Amino acid sequence: MNPRPLSPHLGVYKFAYTMALSILHRIMGLALSVGFLVLVWWLMALAQGPHAYMEAIEVLRSGIFKLLLGGWAFAFIYHFCNGIRHLLWDAGAGLEKHQARRSGAIVVAATLVLFALFVWAVYCATPVME
Amino acid sequence: MSLRTPLGKVLGRGSAGDGVSHWWEQRVTAIALIPLTLWFAIGLVRHHADKFEDVQAWLSQPWSALLALLLVVALALHSKLGVQVVIEDYVHAKGAKTTLLLLSTFLHFAAAFAGIFAILRMALS
Repeated sequence: MNPRPLSPHLGVYKFAYTMALSILHRIMGLALSVGFLVLVWWLMALAQGPHAYMEAIEVLRSGIFKLLLGGWAFAFIYHFCNGIRHLLWDAGAGLEKHQARRSGAIVVAATLVLFALFVWAVYCATPVME
Repeated sequence: MSLRTPLGKVLGRGSAGDGVSHWWEQRVTAIALIPLTLWFAIGLVRHHADKFEDVQAWLSQPWSALLALLLVVALALHSKLGVQVVIEDYVHAKGAKTTLLLLSTFLHFAAAFAGIFAILRMALS
């Protein structure tokens, strides 16, 4: 690579939490791409039959995957909410700095509320299959 | 004075050729994914403790199968475009970049077809 100056020069900006929200959108998106592969694997197991499905569910209910599934749920909720924010920007709305800060705060609040709702629905409201 | 070739001017696509369609497809799939993922997420939460037969019965219904097919296609395309941008932005070594882009393309096509195959098999059997 040529040592030419490349934009954007991220280092010259004072940190603002909207920057963290922006990079988080990408990181969550990448995580969801991996989650998509797991989703397809689950669909294949479901199409294969009861035996394959039970094996898949067993893996998905194991410790590390339980954590990962919660993480994917969080990533989805955040990427979903912030994605709508991005679509509004693409439509030309809310591009002023104070508006972007406010919509960022709304996204964080909505994510936390929806994730709490998800945790309640999955872990509290329904009996877990044995 | 413009440095653009007459042909480039007529085509009106800028330097990349397909940059605009990449941008648009990312947005179109994003909009499609709002209702589709909402439907699927609610379905997953409702069915997460169900037995095999009940989960399969849910996704085998014609309308569910159709929505699931649309979901898999939109997800695959949206994910492929997103991962591509991330690779292009952060991986600059030519060999690694090409390898990762190839790997991502293959994985996304394989996942898309696996998802489509699984849903059709459940819906049509």
